Amino acid sequence: MAEVGRLTATPAVRRTSARSKQTRALLIGLAFASPWIVGLCVFLVYPIAASLYYSFTDYSVLESPRWIGLRNYADLFTQDDLFITSIVNTGVFAGMLIPIGTVFAIALALLLNLKIRFMALHRTIFYLPVLVPTVALALVWQWVLNPTYGVVNDLLALIGIQGPGWYANPTWAKPSYVIMSLWTVGNAVIIYLAGLQDVPKDLYDAASVDGANALRKLVNVTLPMLTPVILFNVIIGLIGALQVFSEAYIITGGTGNPANSAMFYVLLLYRNAFVYFKMGYASAMAWVLFIMVLIVTLLLVRSSRQWVYYSGEDRR
Amino acid sequence: MAALTQERALTTVGPRPRGLWRGVLRPVLVQIVLVCAGITFLMPFLWMLSTSLKDDQHIFVYPPQWIPAPMMFSNYPAALQYIPYGTYFLNTLQIALFATVGTVISCSLVAYSLARLHWPGRNVLFILTLATMMLPFAVTLIPLFIVFKTLGWINTFRPLIVPAYFGSAFFIFLLRQFFLTIPVELSDAARIDGANELGIFLRIMVPLIKPALATVALLQFLGSYRDFLGPLIYLTDNTKYTLSIGLTIYSSQHSTEWSMLMAASVVMTTPIIILFFFTQRTFVQGITLGGVKG
Repeated sequence: MAEVGRLTATPAVRRTSARSKQTRALLIGLAFASPWIVGLCVFLVYPIAASLYYSFTDYSVLESPRWIGLRNYADLFTQDDLFITSIVNTGVFAGMLIPIGTVFAIALALLLNLKIRFMALHRTIFYLPVLVPTVALALVWQWVLNPTYGVVNDLLALIGIQGPGWYANPTWAKPSYVIMSLWTVGNAVIIYLAGLQDVPKDLYDAASVDGANALRKLVNVTLPMLTPVILFNVIIGLIGALQVFSEAYIITGGTGNPANSAMFYVLLLYRNAFVYFKMGYASAMAWVLFIMVLIVTLLLVRSSRQWVYYSGEDRR
Repeated sequence: MAALTQERALTTVGPRPRGLWRGVLRPVLVQIVLVCAGITFLMPFLWMLSTSLKDDQHIFVYPPQWIPAPMMFSNYPAALQYIPYGTYFLNTLQIALFATVGTVISCSLVAYSLARLHWPGRNVLFILTLATMMLPFAVTLIPLFIVFKTLGWINTFRPLIVPAYFGSAFFIFLLRQFFLTIPVELSDAARIDGANELGIFLRIMVPLIKPALATVALLQFLGSYRDFLGPLIYLTDNTKYTLSIGLTIYSSQHSTEWSMLMAASVVMTTPIIILFFFTQRTFVQGITLGGVKG
């Protein structure tokens, strides 16, 4: 199509050489992209390099960084019990949230995709929790799951169950955070909804012709077509879950109590950096997290070849 | 044999006869399930509202009562006076608005470059942009703090506003996808007519992309409004706090005054909900484009 434009242009006017045209195109392209290029350098590339450097130093901000080699990393793995605890806590949290959250979100999306009346209202109701600011979210759920006066334990008592201590109980603290996160699953639901609507209708018709019932259609048509979206949501969700911070900080006042059951990885990192001023040590923690996230993501993508099905669309 | 009769059924003129299950029972069952699930989902909201209108002696009551009696509407003004709510709200608004403007401007420029301008290295930059979306924020947290400290920007709004003017990976990606849907002929025709790139961008591209810009603006605004970690580490003066930090401080000082806390939470959440109801479609389309077409 661009060729047509060039053909109808008067050749006499356009004498610029191909070389200078290319340079011009490069300069213009860079000019438009310059805010981001500068941003990448200043707010991303430099900090990544700097944090790697800091991780090999003893840095308390008040004095200059002092090189100590791999000692931060060694201390993390051998001296710091809280470090191991935080990894376990975060792993358990993510390990609970991602599978349950994925199933829950897909189930909701399937429900909300039916052609039933009042669907817009239903969808809105499930999306509303996403809008609640994190602080309000944490406070409301702390109250909802209050062991003595909260709604949940009250309702449980109605059916004769003695509700647990939720956030105040070391065993129940992490499940409490999981439940709170499940409430805000709306974003994922919307993405799954869009994915569901992208499934070509004739696949379902073909399945009907072959005699498939609703369950078979779900398992053999819907879910396979949905796998790219599932992969996306799982990766994004996992990266987010591994960095859980704000809710835990607000509810525990930054302490990770009770008994460090809510001492998540980034919460510990925050404490080391901004409470104990051990910036070098905290930077080492950040890089360990980075590497763990990279490994997990790579594993997920590698595994995706087994279970993700990309329909033959041209993806550019 | 079965396939043939099925085919005949599919090509029959008129609506297929719907049995009792599909026509009546299933929709009703689905409605019941949705309503029950919906009520469960709404329950925290209702509990928040209910608590916010109770007076102290009726909160710590077992079994809890849902409808407050008496209705303490006075809790709201009281909660807003305990902490400088007006100041915090204005701070939050200021940060959110400036950041939103910066995001829209910078991300649209960059997205245009990645979508409709052709220059060597463009695709590399795009892949890099995608890669940065997966970077854990914890990695850059500390050096960024040091950078801003060196610049003397701690305890100002600048760390929360200025980075927005330098682009943001997710929004750049989103807008790039949108720009790609504009026909190439439009910009080509303008080029032939002698327009320069900036002119094409401002007068042709941007107007065509308005819904996407609205989405970006909305999502950025929401993100700034709700931001917790940023204000936590960059703002130390309590006159500069945002709503997020203000409410957190308040909750740590008045940890058992649940009616006040719930009232404050309601006031903090309501503007967003109202905003959402006016801009529903923009919200949803933004998230879907990021997640599915990606």
